[in-house]
Amino acid sequence: MTDTATVTLANGLTCDIPASSPLAKLLKSQRTWVGPSAKERLAILRRAKSIAIVGASPNPARSSYFVGTYLQQSSDYRVYFVNPNATEILGQPAYPDLASLPEVPDIVDVFRKGSDIPSVIDDVLAVGASTVWVQLGIWNEEAAIYGESKGLTVVMDRCIKVEHARFHGGLHLMGFDTGVISAKKQLR
Amino acid sequence: MADRDYGFRTRAVHAGNVPDSATGARALPIYQSSAFVFDSTEDAAARFALQKYGNIYSRLANPTVASFEERVASLEGGLGAVSTSSGLSAQFVTFASLAGAGDHIVASSNLYGGSVTQLDVTLRRFGVETTFVASDNPADYAAAIIPGRTKLVFAETIANPSGDIADIAGLADVAHAANLPLIIDSTIATPYLCRPIEWGADVVVHSATKFLGGHGTTLGGVVVESGRFDWSNHNFPLFEETVAHYGGLTWYGNFGEYAFLTRLRAEQLRDIGPALAPHSAFLLAQGVETLPYRMQAHVDNARRVAEWLEADPRIETVNWAGLPSHRHHARAAQYLPLGPSSVFGFVVKGGRAVGQGLIENVNLASHLANIGDAKTLIIHPASTTHAQLTEQQLVDGGVHPGLVRLSVGIEDADDIIFDLDQALDAALKGASA
Repeated sequence: MTDTATVTLANGLTCDIPASSPLAKLLKSQRTWVGPSAKERLAILRRAKSIAIVGASPNPARSSYFVGTYLQQSSDYRVYFVNPNATEILGQPAYPDLASLPEVPDIVDVFRKGSDIPSVIDDVLAVGASTVWVQLGIWNEEAAIYGESKGLTVVMDRCIKVEHARFHGGLHLMGFDTGVISAKKQLR
Repeated sequence: MADRDYGFRTRAVHAGNVPDSATGARALPIYQSSAFVFDSTEDAAARFALQKYGNIYSRLANPTVASFEERVASLEGGLGAVSTSSGLSAQFVTFASLAGAGDHIVASSNLYGGSVTQLDVTLRRFGVETTFVASDNPADYAAAIIPGRTKLVFAETIANPSGDIADIAGLADVAHAANLPLIIDSTIATPYLCRPIEWGADVVVHSATKFLGGHGTTLGGVVVESGRFDWSNHNFPLFEETVAHYGGLTWYGNFGEYAFLTRLRAEQLRDIGPALAPHSAFLLAQGVETLPYRMQAHVDNARRVAEWLEADPRIETVNWAGLPSHRHHARAAQYLPLGPSSVFGFVVKGGRAVGQGLIENVNLASHLANIGDAKTLIIHPASTTHAQLTEQQLVDGGVHPGLVRLSVGIEDADDIIFDLDQALDAALKGASA
């Protein structure tokens, strides 16, 4: 399955195309929805105590497995995995849906194709979670606007692992520019 | 965390150096450790599989080295950086990551002599062919690209000793039209004078030994990438193929815009091994703190010295693009509005004998094979840095046999001029005696 992005064409129509295609990248310049700033993303991560990964995979080569490993081992979050086709991921039970989780997660992190995002947002609203975080390479502008209209905080086309690592030293260790300029001690 | 885009001088001092969470050390700590303990076997496995961030072994990453990398990445406006033990190894890991046997590189002929031999001798022996373009016109680079075989286009922001300036935006258009990255060596410019990524370059390499460090004490190199190039464009299948030794990931699929730098570290530093030493990274990062002030002093002095040389009847030509007489004066004004750095050649009337006499008689300028020191440096390229090149390669590289190369330091400009003046007098007396 190829990840798709919902893009708005010059004539105003929208369509789903592979997220890695040149057209999808070109059309990034036509995006109108702007998500939370770096400071706001840090605040979202600092407020949260629990994260549910929707579309989590038990396959160690998948990006969701990398994110799950990172969050389990390099953060203090309570991490839950949602995948109706799996029983166990990274040593934890896999839940069939958000409603089955033992608590309402603070952040729902989503690894699903762009066209699935509206239904995921409905699930997020149904359980009462406050933030939906759509992963890097996934874009659905209408869904983001819809989620915000229902009171959700929406982050989109960002990797929660990269963003957490940006403020907690991991990205820095690998030589990436974190954008963090501070005379305060590194966050732990 | 303030929501602010900090300026260049602030980032030169602060980027990459948030105080250590354990000790609060304000200066950059030197982590002089070959390896780092794991929390558990599970932690070790996740670090090795690149599933989480963490130090393993200083050939791959080291906290002191990381600070230097982030600082340079920030100043260049790149996504991140990987540093190496020298400028030549920064280039080598970059070329090795993108080109293999049967592949082709298009490069300027107007490169540092060591870069020419790296491409023309060692990489050619490994089956990577390079076409050297003896032209400053991007169209001639386009003509040299072999569809399906060419993997990258390579040039220097400021060539030495010709003082030529690359048309970075024009070369970027040529490279991108062929779905190739433009790689720019910006050693002489430094990000204070020119940021090639802002003009369309995809990868910037430096010999940090030069102006970035600034003290002439420490070897180092660094590779900065923009994060903008599409490595999934099918010209670079290694980014899309399954990587068995990292658990079946794909570099582009798992890391997206981070793919190039993650692979450069996890594959090229792992396999080739030219890691920057932590103590060297400390010295280089310390140097970068004063980069903006030093570079301004370098270009201010270069302007004084170049204008003095050009007005002097003992001098034939001066190859500093800050002078209106240089063929790339307009390009320099476009790409390097603060001035085209302080490394340039000039030709003395009387040819080889007077040029050598000048070098024999300088007292303040140091005769050595380096550039970008705080001290003024002088050398005769045809007999030293470019000695391994053929006569034709010398001409293609713009090296006149009587040419003298100067790296103008940050001493008092009047003293630099005094030294050159007395040495020219002595050289002419010697030549006529």
